[in-house]
Amino acid sequence: MSPGKLAVFTFLVGLACALSTGCGGSSSHTNAAPNPTNPVAQSGNNVAPISVNSGPAGSYVDGAFVSVTVCIPGTSTCQTISDVLVDTGSTGLRLLSSALTISLVQQNSAAGTPVVECLPFLNTYTWGPVQSADVQIAGEKAGSVPVQVLSDTDFTVPAGCKNLGLTSADTLPALGANGILGVGLFAQDCGSACSLAGSTNPGLYYECPASGCQVIAEGLTQQVQNPVALFASDNNGVIIELPAVSAPAATLTGSLVFGIGTQSNNALGTATVYTPNASGNLTTTYKGASYNTSFIDSGSNGYFFLDSTITGLTDCGSAESGFYCPSSITNISATNQGSNGASGTVNISVANAATLFSQNDSVFSDLGGPAPNMFDFGLPFFFGRNVFTAIEGKSTTGGTGPYWAY
Amino acid sequence: MVGTSFPAWAALGGDIASVEADQVHMQGTRRVTTAAAYTVHEIQGASGTVVREYVSSEGKVFALAWQGPWLPDMRQLLGTYFDQYAAAIKSQSGGRIGRRPLVIEQPGLAVELAGHSRSFIGRAYIPEQMPSSVGAEAIR
Repeated sequence: MSPGKLAVFTFLVGLACALSTGCGGSSSHTNAAPNPTNPVAQSGNNVAPISVNSGPAGSYVDGAFVSVTVCIPGTSTCQTISDVLVDTGSTGLRLLSSALTISLVQQNSAAGTPVVECLPFLNTYTWGPVQSADVQIAGEKAGSVPVQVLSDTDFTVPAGCKNLGLTSADTLPALGANGILGVGLFAQDCGSACSLAGSTNPGLYYECPASGCQVIAEGLTQQVQNPVALFASDNNGVIIELPAVSAPAATLTGSLVFGIGTQSNNALGTATVYTPNASGNLTTTYKGASYNTSFIDSGSNGYFFLDSTITGLTDCGSAESGFYCPSSITNISATNQGSNGASGTVNISVANAATLFSQNDSVFSDLGGPAPNMFDFGLPFFFGRNVFTAIEGKSTTGGTGPYWAY
Repeated sequence: MVGTSFPAWAALGGDIASVEADQVHMQGTRRVTTAAAYTVHEIQGASGTVVREYVSSEGKVFALAWQGPWLPDMRQLLGTYFDQYAAAIKSQSGGRIGRRPLVIEQPGLAVELAGHSRSFIGRAYIPEQMPSSVGAEAIR
């Protein structure tokens, strides 16, 4: 089917569903959002289904998951891994060693010893070898992609990684997912800082001979890569399309769409482009103060912003540490501004997290918590709003990445 | 750290010498500014991360803030408070899973850490040692 015919077909199906009540079987939106206002692509070689649910460990809230197929490079020995977290706040594919049944190809340093990475997230780090895989998601393929295999036991965690004080995310109970699909603004997880030796190297990449791991300089193309940037087509970014959520739900389904303006189902349309500053951040203004370290991140599981003193939102305390527990649902209005001057108002709601968590649901549109001097627009921001993430250096119909658009 | 010339291997809760030890550890440059109740020693680390150390009029580091593309060496910065920090993180790693900013609020230690890959922001302070005129929002 040509892209044009596909669009017409999708439109007719949507129209038929809008005119009848019998589309529950063909539509996957059964648990939430009967009236989505944003279009969600349902088919195409560049469309991977997303499910927001409690994840493979059964305890996740506001996590978006997809399936990813990895193959031993150049072979048909492949494995499809479900429940991989879609994360626009990081770059690169990371898979639990315990979820892999095939052996990928180890990357070795110039000295011929295994390359292993320590990547800090917020309260956790990932540690494990850098290996090469062919990656396929929906109909999109990338060959020989450096990915990270998460394991604390294949190589001893070095002091430089332990000195972050964080806990390991290398097991299913800790990660709550089988892996992380980092499809953020950047093409590599570290960039040029890691490619240079010396005091400016942040120390993410190690080589690990039997005598112990040492920090190395890791070239850009050897670093863990945004696999989307390496696809043969539709490689300039992604769209996350999730319908609106009007009440807590057990599951929500939507789409991860590859490419921006490359097919009939991924046009930028009326979305506004917000370019980040050099650190990958927006400026968010709230109550007259501006916070220039704000960002949009599908891998954050709520709206995280400022503190109870500034917002007036009560902290939950030790029972649900890191979330807000206001006595009633509270509406917050802020203004986002990109480095390109684009600006727009964002309205969010924050409910009592302890009340939300007392139900056995996993999809919450009004989950929030504190974060110092910033707004972190996490997964709830994506509900009812198609969010574009364009990769650095990639040409799109909305200009050259990096940018967000919504 | 037997054998080094630095009298302290700590910053939070430490004295001015520990700030100098941090500067050396980060291979950075240092700039000092003075507020009413404290001085701020800002260390620009070689890897691009900036650490600000808040020193009271009694000469003690009562708070830290950091910002940059990578996390600083938390063991170095938190010193004797590192074990409490690491234990608090470990104690939170149950229950509802999800990636979110780190918030530690305990007697004697508060730590917050947020951001994303290539942009981390955080602060740590000793609530009991904050000058009475200084709120957490000043630590940034």
